[in-house]
Amino acid sequence: MHDKTLAEQAALLASGDLSSSDLVEHYLQRIEQHNEALNAYLAIDADAARQAASAADEQRKTGNAGPLTGVPIAHKDIFCTSSMPTTCGSRMLQNFVSPYEAAVVQNMRTAGMVTLGKANMDEFAMGSSNENSFYGPVANPWQTDRVPGGSSGGSAAIVAARLASAATGTDTGGSIRQPAAFCGITGIKPTYGRVSRYGMIAFASSLDQGGPMAQTAEDCALLLQAMAGHDLRDSTCSPAAVPDFSAELNADLKGLRIGVPQEYFAEGLDDGVAARVNEALAVLEGEGAILKPISLPNQGLCIPAYYIIAPAEASSNLSRFDGVRFGHRCENPQDIDDLYTRSRGEGFGPEVKRRILIGAYALSAGYYDAYYKKAQQVRQLVSDDFSNAFAEVDVIAGPTTPTTAFARGAKSDDPVAMYLNDLFTVSANLSGLPALSAPCGFAEGLPVGLQLCAPANQESRLLNVAHRYQSVTDWHRQIPANFA
Amino acid sequence: MSLTPDDIEKIAHLARLGIDKDALEPLAADLSTMLDLVEQLQAVDTEGVEPMAHPANATLLLRDDVVTESDQREALQAPAPATQDGYFLVPRVIE
Repeated sequence: MHDKTLAEQAALLASGDLSSSDLVEHYLQRIEQHNEALNAYLAIDADAARQAASAADEQRKTGNAGPLTGVPIAHKDIFCTSSMPTTCGSRMLQNFVSPYEAAVVQNMRTAGMVTLGKANMDEFAMGSSNENSFYGPVANPWQTDRVPGGSSGGSAAIVAARLASAATGTDTGGSIRQPAAFCGITGIKPTYGRVSRYGMIAFASSLDQGGPMAQTAEDCALLLQAMAGHDLRDSTCSPAAVPDFSAELNADLKGLRIGVPQEYFAEGLDDGVAARVNEALAVLEGEGAILKPISLPNQGLCIPAYYIIAPAEASSNLSRFDGVRFGHRCENPQDIDDLYTRSRGEGFGPEVKRRILIGAYALSAGYYDAYYKKAQQVRQLVSDDFSNAFAEVDVIAGPTTPTTAFARGAKSDDPVAMYLNDLFTVSANLSGLPALSAPCGFAEGLPVGLQLCAPANQESRLLNVAHRYQSVTDWHRQIPANFA
Repeated sequence: MSLTPDDIEKIAHLARLGIDKDALEPLAADLSTMLDLVEQLQAVDTEGVEPMAHPANATLLLRDDVVTESDQREALQAPAPATQDGYFLVPRVIE
């Protein structure tokens, strides 16, 4: 059953050919069998999952089930759950059980989905390899000495190894798309504000966005439908109408203008990745799309602007971890300063500390204009690049990442080399635009991701292009040999 | 731009972040590399460009000014390391 996509499983559940209880039991067995090799799940609540599955099966009998009723999902451990711990990959939140649930968790449950467990991640979503988790790294199911990407690396590995039908992720600079690319699955970062951030532990509030990770664009459309929507508890959550994300999946691509940024196909892009992406673009051309070279002149400034804005917002957001109201507290604090300083020093790992420090520095008196304000101005220029490009094209396409999954340990000593993983993904966060990664083949046995980006609120267009691509290719069907 | 271990100590104090003495040197090196990475921003002409704080700049809404929260003190204090009589306990602040 795990070789079926979420949409196929949903159809079998609807027709009565499959029960949620059987499906959940199947995944629980697979988790038992495979999780040790991957370290992808941090917590599993088997009893609650079985109960929810059996309730879903009952609900189906009464005839008021939705498309996702009884479908199992894993939640990134950044989403607060009140029945399971929420660690955010940090020692700071070891054993933390949230008094309330994230909007995303509530929405998925309201849609009838069954929560299997919580997915490992880079600490506080800071990282591109999952090596920054306090609970140990996650392995890439395709080659277990490789990283799965990050920060939603546990979620990506879970979907790739078929240890759940789908998973949730969050994306601040590429944290859904980069691991989706590294693990050969489909993931979409929706438009900023499309999905409520309520109960999603904050990293960089003007960039953070939750979204679905699954095998296909069709799966992601179903998941995003349940996930998206206005929420008064998040003041930045968009009041824009939520369309039927599945309605346009099969729309014809004839005449669709796809912009191909020349800046993405430059030095630093792996040859194998470039070849697979060009083949994917040719497939889309074969479907009737028109490829058009475009330029995003400020592309080279995205990483520098991001590495001011994200750490600055993080240093502010993470000030809430003070050892007083929740989270780690040091032993025998001498005074209040000692309590703050030691609790935070013990609770946070090295990358989180680096980012808090660089953010505090960029925001400190005398440096604010030179760093934070300057980065925000450059952010506007990056955003303008996209506005200009979308005057001429409907969608922008290119590689999701410069390389395929790298070996564990290869970049862990060089923070800046690690940051360059996000070279092609951060621009969508800076500008708030929706972007998707879909598998488009392999280079030396490792998956390659095709990234698509669209104007604000046009997730349907992205899902349409990816679905048409997946209708004529089968990269999304490949399962890593050890997890078949 | 290059930061010294002394600079790191000062910034860490601002952030109330405990750093081991022997981590100051490597952190100074790491943060200096990060500053080199962002240094290229300084060369960009941003004269007259409005800083972009947020993608949702234009759409932020105000909700109605009505009470939406009920008293959940017990639930919200449950994860706290130390409480007493509904208060959070910290070391003595006022002598």
